Amino acid sequence: MTASDPVADEPLTLLGGRIPYVEGPLKVTGRAEYTDDIRRPNQLVGRLLRSPWPHARLVSVDLREARALPGVAAVLTGERYPTPFGVLPITHDETAIAVGKARYQGDIIAAVAAEDERTAELALEKIRFEVAPLPEYADPEAGTRTVAEPIHARGLAGTNIQKEVVQHFGDVDAAFAKAAHQVRVRGSFAGVTHAFTEPLVTIAEATPDGRLTVWSATQVPHYLHRALSEVLGLPMHRIRVVKPEVGGGFGGKSDPLPHEIACAALSLETGRPVKMLLDREDVFYTNHGRHPTRNDVRIAVDGDGRILAYDVEALIDGGAWSSFGTVTTYYNGVLAMGPYRVPNFRYRGRRVYTTKPPSGAMRAHGGTNIRYSIEVALDQLAERLGLDPFELRARNALPPNSTTVNEFRITSTSFLKCLEAAKRASGWSEKFRKLPFGRGVGLGCGFYISGSNSPIHFTPKMPQSTVHLKVDMDGGIAVHSMQADIGQGSNTLLAAIVAEVLHVDLARVHVQRVDSDVSPIDLGSYSSRVTFMMGNAARSAALQLRAALVAGAATLLGIPPSEVEVGHERFTPRGRAEPAVTFEQALHQAMEKVGALTATGAYQTRPAGGSFKGARAGTAPAYSFSAYVAEVDVDVETGDYRVPKVWAAFDCGRVLNRLAVEGQIEGSVHMGLGQVMGESMNYRASRMLNPSLLEYKIPAPQQMPEVEILLVGDADPEGPFGAKEAGEGPLIATLPAVANALYDAIGCRFTELPITPDRVVRALEERRKEGRPWKGA
Amino acid sequence: MGSDDRVSFTLNDRPVQAACPPERILLDLLREELRLTGTKRGCDLGTCGCCTVLIDGRPTLSCLTLARLVEARSVTTIEGVSPAQGLSAVQRAFVELGATQCGFCTPGFVMTATALLREHPHPSRSEIEQAISGNLCRCTGYLAIVRAIESAAGSAP
Repeated sequence: MTASDPVADEPLTLLGGRIPYVEGPLKVTGRAEYTDDIRRPNQLVGRLLRSPWPHARLVSVDLREARALPGVAAVLTGERYPTPFGVLPITHDETAIAVGKARYQGDIIAAVAAEDERTAELALEKIRFEVAPLPEYADPEAGTRTVAEPIHARGLAGTNIQKEVVQHFGDVDAAFAKAAHQVRVRGSFAGVTHAFTEPLVTIAEATPDGRLTVWSATQVPHYLHRALSEVLGLPMHRIRVVKPEVGGGFGGKSDPLPHEIACAALSLETGRPVKMLLDREDVFYTNHGRHPTRNDVRIAVDGDGRILAYDVEALIDGGAWSSFGTVTTYYNGVLAMGPYRVPNFRYRGRRVYTTKPPSGAMRAHGGTNIRYSIEVALDQLAERLGLDPFELRARNALPPNSTTVNEFRITSTSFLKCLEAAKRASGWSEKFRKLPFGRGVGLGCGFYISGSNSPIHFTPKMPQSTVHLKVDMDGGIAVHSMQADIGQGSNTLLAAIVAEVLHVDLARVHVQRVDSDVSPIDLGSYSSRVTFMMGNAARSAALQLRAALVAGAATLLGIPPSEVEVGHERFTPRGRAEPAVTFEQALHQAMEKVGALTATGAYQTRPAGGSFKGARAGTAPAYSFSAYVAEVDVDVETGDYRVPKVWAAFDCGRVLNRLAVEGQIEGSVHMGLGQVMGESMNYRASRMLNPSLLEYKIPAPQQMPEVEILLVGDADPEGPFGAKEAGEGPLIATLPAVANALYDAIGCRFTELPITPDRVVRALEERRKEGRPWKGA
Repeated sequence: MGSDDRVSFTLNDRPVQAACPPERILLDLLREELRLTGTKRGCDLGTCGCCTVLIDGRPTLSCLTLARLVEARSVTTIEGVSPAQGLSAVQRAFVELGATQCGFCTPGFVMTATALLREHPHPSRSEIEQAISGNLCRCTGYLAIVRAIESAAGSAP
């Protein structure tokens, strides 16, 4: 914050409190409009045919019967729009509809638009494919070697490897050679998925003026906009992307998805609006959830428990497409680099295509599984060293304003405060190794990016976030930005930041629906970037508007602008209560010659990271930090266990909306518990066995612990009003905290997720067989 | 059209008669025919609770209910429990306590909570958890929802 920033020293009046969502009243009355609530005149129903084969060459197709069916408006296969796309410009390997071959059971191989559902489904049944089956590749390990039929031609040298990352900083072998202790954890993680409640849905409407409007349940309207343009061959300015209310995303709506493009293609083909609502099973097949992963983590420490080196490998099951996979491959290594100081680091990560539904970005993308293995390893090291797990971590904490060995710039960190708060609040010292057999406490820690420093697209160079404000004579402030509220409360934060800077009622501020015709570009909701980046852009825009209003007030008061004091909805001479100018009076004065006041604020990250290949991956303008304690209570007969309480100490910098931050933390604990306790996408070879919310179980209300939230962060120097992210980082520490608590409870280590009751029972049996008593049992 | 192709029932305290082939699902009738889109379609399989409505006051999954089965019965949707001005006590508590995030599951939860509080004005925590266990929420971890229902139970309707 600079000296020219007039709000830097003002106490917060709205931010910092508990601000209910501005659109809350619409949501609780069913009046919020989601994509499926929209119906366009003369709308067709779109349906997709999905491959029943895990891997097959599409030899020929007969569409005649399907096209001849009365009520069928269009039938498309992949050849019509074959241009590949993908969220990352460097790995365009997806198509709207499969071209040449199907790569997983669930791959889209044809699309139909018809007058009604029944006709559309009948048409799908009448499409006749002749196929030649190809080898199924379910195991990523097998895919690292030369294969008979690579899933993609772009796989590494005849294998199914999509991306390989090899990094080495310092000298890991030398560090291990002089280590006093070392430990190794080999983690295995089932794939998990977002399970948002709103299914994927898109409406596309091509119109006779040569334009195309697309309403879609998306987290990143801008990437969808780009992909539509590339694949359909329409300039971006002839495509309008609208984001209605979105019913949860968690990363699953951040890629441009093939059904969105297929839907638009059907509309272009028919000249009519087409709605494509995916059923729940198709949502599971679309997936893009957290990658099934195996990792191998070795940590070396000196005699005092100071970390000397990490040696990390990861084998990541990518499924059929690249998606964010190149980023995933980097993140599974480099997101090991906090919250501790690691002087030597080596990483080899491979993401391998398989004939499974594609994996992608899911909340705390890339940081969750690696963090689990490291935190479990540190728990083992603490035991071996005879150190309290808190002490081991405190000794290794990354200091503020430091640089990691791979050149991440760490600015603010309140990690030590997180440790202190979690330890004190949980009563750790009275519980650790002291609770009776079957009960225990465990510590897990995390850190996460507060936005990605590098945008995915570099051309053209543009800010990461832009916010437009407009205020006309009615005094309402319209806010436009392509940031995407998906339930995390970004619209509310956007409105509150504007209201805070201007010192006006929140009710004056109206955040407009994302609409690419009028919303300036923001890169959307992923990588936990919104608060930091949109927040800074909004603050900048509001400061400009404030200056214009102050100038108007100054004219009316007959004093220089520097003498104007900004109060709530009023302006006065500094230090005096009278005379006062109201908000409207100042506004109307300021508008007299220019009409409606407008302002544009933008945020761009400054350059960060080293100059080596992949150096930008994991760089962020700030990082969040966390320390969680979980308590568990195990039924040692059945292996069933409960988590009665989680103490969640989190550093998101300055808290701007306490209600939203607490909601993000509680929701993250829920999602983290799901992955550690039971969620799993189950496969027989590459066929998914549980594509429904009945068989893919998220934790029930009865399984939720009490969550005590400890927000201890100091203001970040570059975050808006000192804030950092709180949307994804809060998930990470949940998993290892539970695993380490299970060890404290029953003396068993778990390296395979999810930790289901049968695995607990088996581990207990093994421990008994090995004759390792634990806390008297 | 004969009476066999219609269904007559009370919808949000008003009598309605609608064209209704025998296979029509109540959720489709509400959303697609009557355009009451507050009731959400989350899974079509009875697994998520987003489509919860009240039939004769009892929370029911409209995606698993044949529309003809509500003949002569009373159906209440989210539109029917929303006051013309302002919010109900349950709705107010959901907004103020952060029990709605993405909001897609919210109408279903509001219906379940409204029915619960009519039957048990002061439910215990475990009664609340039991009542909402047919409704999925992926955003809140349920904690704010339980708090909101507890809070609404403590306030006047």
